Amino acid sequence: MSKHHVTATINGEPTEFLCETSQSLLDVLRDELELTGSKEGCTSGDCGACSVMLDGRLVCSCLVLGVEASGRTVDTIEGMAQGADLHPLQRHFLEGAALQCGICTPGFLIAARALLERTPDPTETEIRYWLAGNLCRCTGYDKIVRAVMDAAAEMRGAR
Amino acid sequence: MKAQQYEAPDSIDKAVALLAAAKGQARVLAGGTDLLIQMRVGRLSADTIVDIKCIAELRKISREDGGFKIGAAVSGAEADEHAELVAHWPGVVEGWELIGSTQIQGRATLAGNLCNASPAADGVPALIAAGAQVTIVGPNGSRKVPVEAIPTGPGRNSLAKGEFVTYFHLPKRPPHSSDAYLRLIPRTEMDIAVVGCAVNLTLDAGGTCTAASVALGAVAPTVVKVPDGAKALIGTKLDAAALDKLAAAASAACKPIDDKRGTVVYRTKIAGVLARRAALIAYERARKRA
Ligand SMILES: Cc1cc2nc3c(=O)[nH]c(=O)nc-3n(C[C@H](O)[C@H](O)[C@H](O)COP(=O)(O)OP(=O)(O)OC[C@H]3O[C@@H](n4cnc5c(N)ncnc54)[C@H](O)[C@@H]3O)c2cc1C
Ligand code: FES
Ligand code: FES
Repeated sequence: MSKHHVTATINGEPTEFLCETSQSLLDVLRDELELTGSKEGCTSGDCGACSVMLDGRLVCSCLVLGVEASGRTVDTIEGMAQGADLHPLQRHFLEGAALQCGICTPGFLIAARALLERTPDPTETEIRYWLAGNLCRCTGYDKIVRAVMDAAAEMRGAR
Repeated sequence: MKAQQYEAPDSIDKAVALLAAAKGQARVLAGGTDLLIQMRVGRLSADTIVDIKCIAELRKISREDGGFKIGAAVSGAEADEHAELVAHWPGVVEGWELIGSTQIQGRATLAGNLCNASPAADGVPALIAAGAQVTIVGPNGSRKVPVEAIPTGPGRNSLAKGEFVTYFHLPKRPPHSSDAYLRLIPRTEMDIAVVGCAVNLTLDAGGTCTAASVALGAVAPTVVKVPDGAKALIGTKLDAAALDKLAAAASAACKPIDDKRGTVVYRTKIAGVLARRAALIAYERARKRA
């Protein structure tokens, strides 16, 4: 079986790649495109480390086939900072020590940005439910939730 | 994970033709949140994958005969954003919304939940309580069946080779009617139901129940309806005696298994508790709907 030739818009750039049917979007990002910011924790949809935006929707890239990205828009953690300027969420994660090993961090950042785009002023409960599909074995979550609240406050103020 | 061919047809007819012509095992791909995992661990195989998400009409929710028609490729996140559907069928949407995390919601379809045929599928009891139907297409044309005709046991469904689900149909709502779905899981998010219960009610203008339907998930190989529980509510305003009868009927309808999430005794007891609570939620919602 020949490989699929896929064209997608990844972090705003038209991108072409070849993949097998069995390769997930996460495999393609990491192994074919060297976008290794998205992490593989479980490959079963449980941990959220592989979170990306697909046509503006938060999904686990381990549960999307690479070939499904054809003609679609994919946004990954690599597109979050603007050059040297970190996104407010990234800054607050650093300032608030909301990460330790960092494996879960790209997924949390992508998921938290998706939340703040639709809910600029989330309650702590809303944040915890929205991020329930992102697992962290290091931080105990409190610092993550606080970093999201702080970033949200800053982003509201900046409007 | 073994899958050789991938097809993404842009029409129902093309999907039917591809499934009919496929050599070996062909499988429909909707959100992939069950299928891709099961293929990866080797529980399912597929020689051909037919992705139905590029079929535009299957991605829409529309009004039909006063009710709703939901395409088989609509995700939970899309349903949640459809204010009219949520207002009419809060219980159906609430069952669907309980499936997985935000990420899973971005992909999970009701048709995948139904056809995957887990006894604990959260999307299914409220559809059955609602009296929903599905359209099935295949090599011999299309047919409409009640939702409960699809699952036949854990991991098994009644679809013939080459058939797939295209639409769900939710009936027109009379005034003062609503529904609710509750499940019990050992944590607050991301777990499999120990028991799930859907209640769908219609009241008269004075608040007396005139029609009811009750369905339980995770207490038998497929969803069980509780007609005796429904009957106990009709003609009442859900007073304590009616709710006691409902709870007893729900417990009596259970044929559960013992597993790490719950024993037979626990599941049986909880079925009654959830039925009572879901009925009260549906009642409050129905009273508020003119
Ligand atoms: C982390 C995680 C958490 C989850 N939590 C829950 C939960 O809380 N509750 C719950 O009920 N489920 C849960 N699930 C299971 C799953 O997400 C749901 O069952 C989901 O609704 C499946 O839909 P899908 O569109 O992803 O189906 P797919 O994976 O695309 O398909 C599932 C099966 O149905 C078949 N199929 C799909 N569409 C059709 C169609 N139109 N016609 C015929 N056959 C079809 C496929 O071939 C496949 O066999 C969870 C899964 C994960 C990964
Ligand atoms: S790697 Fe995708 S959810 Fe864990
Ligand atoms: S920082 Fe290590 S998993 Fe979250």
